Amino acid sequence: MIRYVLRRLALAVLTVWLASLGIFLAVHALPGDVATQILGRDATPQAVAAMRTELGLNEPLWQRYGDWLSGALHGDFGTSLVTHQPVADELTLRLRNTLLIAALAIVLGIVLALVCGVVAGLTRDRWPDMLISTLSLAGMSMPEFVIATLLALAFAVAIPIFPAVVTAGPDATVAELLPALWLPACALSVVMAAYIIRMLRTSVIDTMASEFVATARLRGLAPARVVLRHALPSALLPTVNVVAMNIAWLLGGVVVVESVFNYPGLGVLTVDAVHNRDLPVLQAIALLGAATYALLNLAADVVAMLLNPRLRRRAVA
Amino acid sequence: MTTPLLAVDDLSISFGANGRTHHIVSNVSLRLGAGQTLGIVGESGCGKSTLAGALLGRLPGGTEVNDGRVSVAGHDLFRSSARQLRALRGGTVALVPQNAGHALTPTMRVGRQMREVLTLHRDLSGTAADEEAARLFAQVRMPQPEMLLTRYPHELSGGQQQRVGIALALAGAPRLLVLDEPTTGLDVVTQAGVLDLLATLRAELGLAMILVSHDLGVIASTCDRVAVMYAGRIVETGPTTRLYDAPGHPYTRALLASVPSIAEPGLPADLPGSPPKPGGTVTGCAFAERCPVVQAQCRTGDAPPLRAIDDDTRAACLRAEEVRDLPPERRPVHLRPEYAEQSTLVSLRGVEIRYRSGGPPTVADLDLDIRRGETLALVGESGSGKSTVAWTIAGLRAPSAGTVTFAGTDDLTRLVGARPASLRRRIQTVFQNADTALNPRRLVREAVGRPLRLFRLAGRNDVAARTDALFTDVGLDPSYQHRLPAQLSGGQRQRVGIARALAAEPDLVLADEVVSALDVSVQAAVLRLLDRVRTEHDSTYLFISHDLAVVRSIADRVAVLYLGRLCEIGDVADVFAGPSHPYTRLLLGSVLDPRPPASDMDGHAASRPVEEPESAPPAAGCPFQRRCPHAIEGLCDTATPPWRQTDTTHRIRCHLDLEDLARA
Repeated sequence: MIRYVLRRLALAVLTVWLASLGIFLAVHALPGDVATQILGRDATPQAVAAMRTELGLNEPLWQRYGDWLSGALHGDFGTSLVTHQPVADELTLRLRNTLLIAALAIVLGIVLALVCGVVAGLTRDRWPDMLISTLSLAGMSMPEFVIATLLALAFAVAIPIFPAVVTAGPDATVAELLPALWLPACALSVVMAAYIIRMLRTSVIDTMASEFVATARLRGLAPARVVLRHALPSALLPTVNVVAMNIAWLLGGVVVVESVFNYPGLGVLTVDAVHNRDLPVLQAIALLGAATYALLNLAADVVAMLLNPRLRRRAVA
Repeated sequence: MTTPLLAVDDLSISFGANGRTHHIVSNVSLRLGAGQTLGIVGESGCGKSTLAGALLGRLPGGTEVNDGRVSVAGHDLFRSSARQLRALRGGTVALVPQNAGHALTPTMRVGRQMREVLTLHRDLSGTAADEEAARLFAQVRMPQPEMLLTRYPHELSGGQQQRVGIALALAGAPRLLVLDEPTTGLDVVTQAGVLDLLATLRAELGLAMILVSHDLGVIASTCDRVAVMYAGRIVETGPTTRLYDAPGHPYTRALLASVPSIAEPGLPADLPGSPPKPGGTVTGCAFAERCPVVQAQCRTGDAPPLRAIDDDTRAACLRAEEVRDLPPERRPVHLRPEYAEQSTLVSLRGVEIRYRSGGPPTVADLDLDIRRGETLALVGESGSGKSTVAWTIAGLRAPSAGTVTFAGTDDLTRLVGARPASLRRRIQTVFQNADTALNPRRLVREAVGRPLRLFRLAGRNDVAARTDALFTDVGLDPSYQHRLPAQLSGGQRQRVGIARALAAEPDLVLADEVVSALDVSVQAAVLRLLDRVRTEHDSTYLFISHDLAVVRSIADRVAVLYLGRLCEIGDVADVFAGPSHPYTRLLLGSVLDPRPPASDMDGHAASRPVEEPESAPPAAGCPFQRRCPHAIEGLCDTATPPWRQTDTTHRIRCHLDLEDLARA
């Protein structure tokens, strides 16, 4: 098992490296010259040339890539073209803020999905299933910003218990951010849960129809035990990868939802960086995204292995 | 009057569809006391499994009990509360499921599943539960019972899984065990071990058992009484030996006649037709359509009642007395024509096949000739490499050493993609599971027509006519060709599989366990079909099977493989006459004949092994040494045994000489 995990880890590292190459090349293939971008259109050619030298733009592409990558490995993502602050510092703060939302959304979403998915699967075609399936379909078909806006209308405007817009800056303390977390997290978890519920429902139905569940029942075991001990681990298996995909999707969803609430996280930073063509920041965010995807897939494989002894232990011949 | 352990009274189970009631089980009554055993036998679709489920208070989805009751130890299962039912299930009546591989929870350790039952029904926990679990595993003769607790189901072999399934059923200390096809899908040798175990358990624990099976031999070896089911009704019931000796219902008689016998040559009689679908409106006797002694009054009125035909036997046939008095079923010996040509079609020399380089070869040192026009049977347990040999001939797996030639010239060590089309056409395969070998989304006509087009055996306009002819040839009405595989029965699908192979007009047909998944009645029909088309089409068969009785009925020659090494080969009559290789004896001893010849009874019991099949051969010497009762230390484990030639066509590879083998 350890060998398998190590092999997957090596694969994940390779994936992230390939992604870094792609990101770097894509950013440098963008039209326009960074030096001109910074100095403005009226800059003298001498100033532009000096800037290019300062930024290291005259070095060959491969060397610049090597410098960037080795910097990134040491936590140095360069300097923001806009704020002239180290990208890493800004990123760390924003990442913390986003992780707060993401963690809350993941916990809420997974709990919601597990409960609803299992209930829907067990009550197939009866009213709890109808209700959950209809709601999850609605959750899937509505874009997250609509859900976010609806939530804001309901719980910030109509019943003002949560703030509609965050006024604190990125360096606010966790306590300051706490009330602002709930609405964005809820918006994200609803969409995330909807997909998982659909998947888990089907999977629970299949597992409950399997021979080993029927046999467990015929041993006289109580229904709760049959569902939780015998059926659920197998039913969760096909769901694990969907959960990982959805968590990865959070990164994209976060951009939109943070914008709606003006929450000082990675999402808003991304939007700003795109707007300002702040390339070092963009590169850093993209690399972070790639690493997250790779890690989540690795995590999903490990969880699948924990759930399925067949993956964990080879048959003893 | 004391309450019987199990009382089924006038039970009817049905499902409603299109506003009508369709009966799956009709008016079934059973009584079983402590320590008694009852076998329930019948073809697929006769309601056996539904009845077995009902004995534990389970019904298939969408069905209901219309009438009657099932009482276990005085509790009416279908009028008990959920809590009462849970206490009865596992605690009083327990199920041994058909396929333990699917019936054990894959994500839980075996020990935990066991402790769960012990805690629930016996209030044991902690070390007491662990000790009891280990005792139960030892009782079902599992090696190293303590180690087993931490194993997952997939880490066990099929036979071990079935033993664990039995141990789990025993864990709640039930008084009645319901066994649903407990050995179907197991190897003959493993099956013999499991049945032997059941007999011991019954004697030790005084358990009552209901054993549901389509295999008359399995029931004969385990049950005192038998109930024959047809179309949801019990049509005959009585003591097993008496019923098998003189069946009173023509259905029982026909079932018995369709079982191939290890004791006599010839193809078994087939039982044409199939049981009516549940819910069809039948007037009179449901078996009338297939009955050889049917008369006008069988087709009118209600189903014939189950009536006593002697003090202990009851049959639901108007002519039961006459049927009983019919002379004992003489096997309509279908003597097979001698194969005329003796030229070699396929020749294997020194063949070795490996799945993993470095590991031990799956097949080694194999010399085998398939003669033109014969049916050569390749026999052995699963893991004996018999399918591997067929795959190599079919070009699905290249041998790692040796030569394989076809018709003296063509090289068969090439994979199928490297063979010319003409050679591919001449070797065709019929697979064990016709349902998975046919594309479920294509009409069966396309499966049969494809080789015709592929090998240009029929012009564009002739394909339809040729397909019609092929369907007729395998005994299917040509109208069936417009169906999907799922719309055919198992036997019909297998016929399509045979038609598909015949379409290519092959010289060699590789038939891999083609009848092992079929009901006995269908099996007999398919065997006769195979034999007929082989003669008519003048082709050659490599017939792979683990069932020696089937082999005896259809093969001209037999080759016995153990762990990929040839042990014995010869004409079918010579091999079955003996002397035999110790492994062949083991296989022969494991065959369950519904009516075993009296003289052989003791011999069968003595040669029954309890251990599990091996997966890899020993480093040196005879491959069978570790299981052989006659192994000679210092010889069998060091030197490869020599071939011993009898004065007939028969060769045995053993260190014992022929006299010793005959005495052994």
